[in-house]
Amino acid sequence: MARKPLVANSRSLGWITDHIAGMLEGRPALWWWVATILTGLIATLVPCELTYLVSTGVGIWGLNHPVGWAWDITNFVFWIGIGHAGTLISAILFLTRQKWRTSINRAAEAMTIFAVICAGIFPAFHVGRFWMVWFLAPVPNSYAIWPNFKSPLLWDVFAVSTYFTVSLIFWYIGLVPDLATIRDRATGKFRKMIYGIFALGWRGSNRHWRHYEKAYLILAGISTPLVLSVHSVVSFDFATSIVPGWHTTIFPPYFVAGAIFGGFAMVLTLMIPARAIFKLEDLITIKHIDNMAKIILMTGSIVGYAYLMELFIAWYSANPNEGWAFFHNRIADPFIFGPLMKCEPAPYWWAYWSMMFCNVIAPQLFWFKYLRTHVWWVLLIVQAPNIGMWFERFVIIVTSIHRDYLPSSWGYFTPTRNDVLLFVGTIGLFVFLFLLFLRFLPAITMFEVKAVLPESDPHYVGGDDKEGH
Amino acid sequence: MSKIHGIGAQFDSARDLYLAAQKVRDAGFKRWDVYSPFPIHGMDAAMGLKGSRVSFFSLCGGITGALSAFVLVYYTSAINYHLVVQGKPYFAFEPTFPVFFELTILLTAFFTVGSMLAMNLLPRLNHPVFNWEKFSRVTDDGFFLVIESSDPLFSEKETPALLGSLGGRNVEKIGD
Repeated sequence: MARKPLVANSRSLGWITDHIAGMLEGRPALWWWVATILTGLIATLVPCELTYLVSTGVGIWGLNHPVGWAWDITNFVFWIGIGHAGTLISAILFLTRQKWRTSINRAAEAMTIFAVICAGIFPAFHVGRFWMVWFLAPVPNSYAIWPNFKSPLLWDVFAVSTYFTVSLIFWYIGLVPDLATIRDRATGKFRKMIYGIFALGWRGSNRHWRHYEKAYLILAGISTPLVLSVHSVVSFDFATSIVPGWHTTIFPPYFVAGAIFGGFAMVLTLMIPARAIFKLEDLITIKHIDNMAKIILMTGSIVGYAYLMELFIAWYSANPNEGWAFFHNRIADPFIFGPLMKCEPAPYWWAYWSMMFCNVIAPQLFWFKYLRTHVWWVLLIVQAPNIGMWFERFVIIVTSIHRDYLPSSWGYFTPTRNDVLLFVGTIGLFVFLFLLFLRFLPAITMFEVKAVLPESDPHYVGGDDKEGH
Repeated sequence: MSKIHGIGAQFDSARDLYLAAQKVRDAGFKRWDVYSPFPIHGMDAAMGLKGSRVSFFSLCGGITGALSAFVLVYYTSAINYHLVVQGKPYFAFEPTFPVFFELTILLTAFFTVGSMLAMNLLPRLNHPVFNWEKFSRVTDDGFFLVIESSDPLFSEKETPALLGSLGGRNVEKIGD
C-alpha cells in the first residue's frame, strides 16, 4: 500500500511558492477585513477590562473566600495548554521525523506565541497590585529582598517566560528563509525593505543551511523537554499544595497530555477554515487532518485514563478528604451518581460532567475513520476538547477549593461580567493576532514543504545513482 | 579585467545541483557555494563540508545556564536573604530544579541562535550574489552554484566551461 503523498496533485516548487506567498500579496479579501475588525474590537475588551481591574481592584471579579482562584487561573492554564500543541508539532514531530508536520508547523507555532501572550495576561494581572509584579524578577532592589525560589508560582515565571522566548526564537528562525522568499517577490520598495531586514540577508547558501539545520535541530531538541517541563511546572502550582483534588503526583503528565489534547483541537479549529478559505487542500491534505485527529484520540484517551485513575486512587486511598473532593464535590450529580452514593449533588456537578463528556467521550468518536477524514465533522468534534479543557481547569481549581477541609469555610463562586468579558477579550485577541499573521507572514513553511517533495531528494531518481553516498 | 565576484550557473533540480557539487568538490575548488530554496539532503558531504560547530556553542550555553541558575538561587537564598519558608533548608536541589532546567534551556537557545548567526555572518543585507538578476529565483525554485574569483583554481575562461559541462545553464559573471 503506497504512502499518500504529502503534497497532493504533484505540485511543483514554483506552485508552492506562488500559492503560499499569494496569501500575503494583492488586496486582502473582504472576509479578512470583516473578521479582523470584528475580532480587533472584541480584543479591545482586554485593555478596557485590565484598566478597570488595575484602577478598581480584583474585587470586580467574582473571587471570594474560599475561592481565591477561578477564571483567572483557569484561563491562564487554558491558554498555556493550547500553546503546547504548536511546540509539539514543531519540535517533537521534527525529532520523530514526521514529515507531514511541514505544512502545519508554522501556523501552529504562531498559535503558540499568541496563546502564550493571552495566557501571560492572567498571572500578571491577577495579583491585584500589578505595579508590584516586577518583584517576581530576581533583580537587586532597594528593599534588599529576593523572590522565594521555593515557590511554584515563581517557577512559573521562569517556565512561562522561557517558553515564550524560546518559542518566539524558534518561530522567527524558522521564518527567515521564507521571509527571504517574500522579500524576493516584493515589488514595492517599502515592502522589500521590511521583509529584507527581517530576512537578515538570507540567500539560500548551503554553507548557511548547514549551520541553520544544526541550530534548528538543537532548538527542536530543547523545545521538547521545554514543552514537557513548562506544563509540569504549571501543574506544580496545584500539585505542591495540600488541597485535596490538587495535591496529586499525577498532575504533571496529566496536564501535559491534556495540553497537547486541547492544543491540537485549537490547531484544527484554526486550520480547517483557513485551509478551505485559502485553498490549501493540496498542502494540508486529508492525511494531515487524519493524523492530527489520531493524536487527539491518543491524548484524549490518556486524559480519560488519568481521570479514571484519579477516581480510583481517591477511592482506594481511603483518604476521606480525597474521596470527598472527587465523589462529593465533583461526581455527585442529581440523577445517577448522587442518588447512588446517597449524597447531596455537588454544586459544580454540571461542570464536571461537561468535562467528562467533552474530554473522555467525544474524542473517542475519532476511532471512526469517516469522522477523522471528513473535515467538517472533525471541526465539529474538536470543539468538544476546546470546551472540555476549559472546564477541566475550572473543575480542578474551583471544585477543590470551594469546599475543602473546614465546612465553615465553604463557599460558591459565580463569575461576574468582568470575569467573562476579559476571557472573551482574550479569545478575540487570539483570533485577531492569528488573522494578522495570515495576512503578513507566510502561513505555511515553504522551504520545509519543498524539502519533503520527492524530487527534492537528490537520490530520488533511484537506481541511476552511480555516485553512491 | 574588471573585478568580478565569481561565475554562477543555474541548475534544474536538486539532483543536478548535487551531482555538480560533487564534481566541483572533486576538482579541488575551495571558495565556492551552492544556493537552494531549501536544504538539500547530502549536500554538505557533496561539498566536502564538515559538520557544523553550532552544537558546541549550544553546549556552552547549556552549561552557562545551569551554572547561572545555581549561582542565582544559592546566592539569593542561602547567602544574601535567608527567607524562612516552613523551616525548609535555605538551599536544596529539588526546589531549584525548575529554575535550573528552564535557564539551561533558555541560554542554550540564545547561544545556539547567536552562534548560528555569527558563523553565517548574518545579518548581511548585501552580497555580490544579489547583483545577479537570475538569482532572485533562489528562494523560489532556483538552484545555483557559484565559484568565487578568489579561489586559486578560478579561471575566467575555464571555470565557465567547467560549469557548463556539469549541466549548468545561464553561466554568467557576477559583478562585485
